Amino acid sequence: MIINSRFFNRSELIGFIALAAVLFVILPLSLDVFRLNLVAKYLTYAFVAIGLVLCWGYGGILSLGQGVFFGLGGYCMAMFLKLEASSVENTKIQSTPGIPDFMDWNQVTSLPLFWQPFHSLTFTIAAIILVPCLFALIIGTAMFKRRVGGTYFAIITQAVAAILTILIVGQQGYTGGINGMTDLRTLKGWDIRPDHAKIILYFVEVVLLFACIGIAQFIRLTKLGRILVAMREQEDRVRFSGYSVANFKIFAFCVAAIFAAIGGAMFALNVGFMSPSFVGIVPSIEMVIYTAVGGRMSIFGAVWGSILVNFAKTSLSESFPQLWLFGLGALFIAVVLAFPNGLSGIWADHVQPRVDRLIASIRAKKSGGWSGNSVADGAPAE
Amino acid sequence: MLIGHQPKPFLLAVEALTVSFDGFKAVNNLSFYVEENEIRVIIGPNGAGKTTVLDLICGKTKATSGSIQFRGKELTKLKENQIVQTGVGRKFQTPSVFEDLTVFENLEISFPKGRTVFGSLAFQRDDAVKQRVEEVAEMIFLKDRLDTYADQLSHGQKQWLEIGMLLIQDPELLMLDEPVAGMSVSERAKTAELLNRIIKDRSVLVIEHDMKFVEDIAHKVTVLHQGQILSEGTMEKVKNDPKVIEVYLGH
Repeated sequence: MIINSRFFNRSELIGFIALAAVLFVILPLSLDVFRLNLVAKYLTYAFVAIGLVLCWGYGGILSLGQGVFFGLGGYCMAMFLKLEASSVENTKIQSTPGIPDFMDWNQVTSLPLFWQPFHSLTFTIAAIILVPCLFALIIGTAMFKRRVGGTYFAIITQAVAAILTILIVGQQGYTGGINGMTDLRTLKGWDIRPDHAKIILYFVEVVLLFACIGIAQFIRLTKLGRILVAMREQEDRVRFSGYSVANFKIFAFCVAAIFAAIGGAMFALNVGFMSPSFVGIVPSIEMVIYTAVGGRMSIFGAVWGSILVNFAKTSLSESFPQLWLFGLGALFIAVVLAFPNGLSGIWADHVQPRVDRLIASIRAKKSGGWSGNSVADGAPAE
Repeated sequence: MLIGHQPKPFLLAVEALTVSFDGFKAVNNLSFYVEENEIRVIIGPNGAGKTTVLDLICGKTKATSGSIQFRGKELTKLKENQIVQTGVGRKFQTPSVFEDLTVFENLEISFPKGRTVFGSLAFQRDDAVKQRVEEVAEMIFLKDRLDTYADQLSHGQKQWLEIGMLLIQDPELLMLDEPVAGMSVSERAKTAELLNRIIKDRSVLVIEHDMKFVEDIAHKVTVLHQGQILSEGTMEKVKNDPKVIEVYLGH
C-alpha cells in the first residue's frame, strides 16, 4: 500500500501502521473467536469515538447523545435482520406468521408500514447512513442556527437520548421494547452466527473502521478541519471572516452521526442483537469517556480508548461486577483532571520524545565514526 | 428637478439607528454617513456606545429600529457572515485570532474563497493563496513567523495578525476597534504606519482614544455621548467644540 506522506505525518504514520498491525494481524492470530468477537464489539464504539474526535475534539461540540445515532444505525440493521429471521416458515407457530416474534406477542397482526422497506438490503444500507444523518441535520439545524451551544447543547442531546430510549421501550409492539431485537440469524441467507462468519464480520468491520479513519483524517486536513479548530476557539472571529458557523457545526455533527450509525449497524451484525440499553444516556456518556480516555484530539487515540476501556470493563466487570461503574467514573475524572488529552496526549508528551531521543542516539552510534570526527574537529577551535 | 445632479451616494448610511437593552438605549436615534475612501474616527467617553455602533453595523447586535445601508444594501436584515461577504470587515478590541493555528493558517482562513461547507472541503492551498498570504504577512511584519502558532505571538503581533486577517478579506469598509490599545510605543508607531498603508482605497471606521493617533489619520471625527452624536466634523472643529471639551476632551 502506498501512503501519501502528506496524508499522515511521521508519528501518525506510525500510529496507523501500529493500529493496522494490531487489528488486522496480531489480534486475529492471538485471540480465540469469542474474544475476537468481543473486540469487534469494542470496535463498534470506536466508530462513535472517531466521530466524537471530529465533532468534540476539533469542533468543540460536545454531544452526550451519540447513543441515539449508534442506536438508529443499529436498529435499521437489526430491522432488516429481524425481518429475514421472521420468514413465514420460521414463524409458523405464531398467530400471525411472517412478522417478528415480538409483534406477535404484542398483538400486532400485520407488519407496520415503516417496517416494509426494511425487506430490502439496499434500502437498509441507505437508511443506516441517511436516517441518522437526517436526524442529526434536524437537531443540528434547530440548535446551531439558534446559537445553542456548549453545555446547553450537551444537555439537549442527553434529553434526546432519554426520549428515544423511552420511545423504544414504550412502543414494544413496533420496536421489541426493553428486550430489543434479538435472535438475529442471517444476512441475505448467510448465517451470521457461526465462528467463521464472526471472523469475516470482524474483518469487514475493521476495513470499515479504517475507511472512517481515512475520511476523518481527510476532513481534518482540509480547510474545513482548520475551521473547526478555529470555531472551537473564536466562534465570532470565524463568523466575521465570512463563514456560517452553524453550517460547519451541523456538518461535523452529521458526520459524527453517520460514523456512530455505521458502528451501530456493525454492532447488530457482530453481537447479534440490538436493544435500547445501547441508546440511552449511560451508553452515550460512556462513548464520550472512551474518546476522552483515548484523547479527544487524536483519531487513533479514540480507537485505542474504545478498545482499552472496554477491555478493562469486560475484565473488571467479570471479577468485580459492583465496582466497575465506580472505576469508570474515577477513570473519567482522573483523565479530565490529569491528562486532558488522554492516552494520545500522554504518548505525545512523554513517550514520543523518549522514542525520538532513543532513535537519535541509535543513529548517532551507528554513524559514530563520522560524528566523533566532527566533534574532534570542532573541539580545538573552542 | 435636478436629475443628474444628485449627491454622490454614501458608502455607508446609518439612519435613525436605535438599540435598546431592556429599556436602556445604548444607541439612540443615531444617523451618520461615511463616504468612499473616508477615514472616520469615532471618539467619546466610556459607555458612549462606540463599540455598540460597530456591533450593530457588523450584525453582532441586532438593531431595535433604524436602518444601516451599505452600498444600498440593508445590513440590519443580514446575518454576520453575509455582511462580511458584502464587504464589511471588523476587528475586535481584544485580539481575536485562532491560537491553535499557525499564522499562515490564520490568514488562509480569512482568504475569501471556499467559505461554504463543501467549498472548504474542496479548498486547495494554491499559489494564489500562498502568494497573497505571504504578501499580507510581510505587510503585518510577520513574514518570518508564518509557521508559528498564534498563541506564541505577543499582544501587539496578535493585533497585527488580526489586522492582516481583515486585510486578506479586502473589505470596502474596515472597522477597527481601538487598534493601538495596549501596545508599546514602538508597536504603536509600526501600527500607525501599517494602518496608514492599508486604509488606502477603502473606507475605514475607527474607534480610538489616542488623540494623537486620531489627529494623524482622521478625515472626519464623530463624537458620541450617551448613544447620540455630540459633535461631528474635522478634528479641528471637534477639538474646539465647547460641548466636546466639557464631556470628553476636558478630562
